[in-house]
Amino acid sequence: MADETKATEAATPETTTAVAERPAGADRPAGDRPERSERPERSDRDRRPPRPGMGGREGGPGGRKYFRRKKVCKFCTEKIDSINYKDVRLLAQFVAESGKIVPRRLTGVCTPHQRRLSVAIKQARNIALLPFAGRVPQ
Amino acid sequence: MNRRYELMFIVRPDMVDEDQDKLISTLESAVTSSGGTLNKVEKLGKRRLAYTVRKFHDGVYILLTIDGGGGLIHELERRLRVSEPVIKFLTVRVDEEQKRLDKIKAIRDAKRKAPATPVVPESAAEAPATA
Repeated sequence: MADETKATEAATPETTTAVAERPAGADRPAGDRPERSERPERSDRDRRPPRPGMGGREGGPGGRKYFRRKKVCKFCTEKIDSINYKDVRLLAQFVAESGKIVPRRLTGVCTPHQRRLSVAIKQARNIALLPFAGRVPQ
Repeated sequence: MNRRYELMFIVRPDMVDEDQDKLISTLESAVTSSGGTLNKVEKLGKRRLAYTVRKFHDGVYILLTIDGGGGLIHELERRLRVSEPVIKFLTVRVDEEQKRLDKIKAIRDAKRKAPATPVVPESAAEAPATA
């Protein structure tokens, strides 16, 4: 009985302090709660790459498609000079499933080649070698 | 008058070979009468179209390479637009592109020939001789 009372007495100041903290937190919503809410937000921001440089280093192994420096222009490396509207197989590699032209940040093509490629794709679309929308017929 | 064009057009699939040749010969006569030259005629054959054109799913592709002026192309396109079996056509000017490609080839050939001749520095040969 005495032990219990002592234990309860020992426990109560702890609980009271704990309880005291909580109403203190409740009394000061501006102080405690925003701090607690800001901390998870900051860690979330750290998880998502905020700057392109950060994202590039993290985005290599399957992260956000940010800065892929590993990708090189296929036309520059293989020294393909002429991008003709007639070679459908080459053009179809740069066309998505929906028939859209894939942006160069995904394929890694350099700007002058991407411009010629898009001209060739549009010419091929006009002459019914490539579709405007939909899958490429094989 | 040294412009080079590639004229590709699609003919309906149920057209006979003879009629195709007739069409090509009429176009050829139009080309030569305006002072141009027909360089190449390529029949790419029957192909599945990527989308339906005038309710056709297949078509016979024919490619002509023509040297001539813009007025000639205007006339040819007019004829193709009027002719019933032709369902689509596309004209592309290729002489500028050919110029660019020839330039690149020339640069590449020059590069291949230049490093083939070995350059021996004479100072390296003299220094061990004097020492």
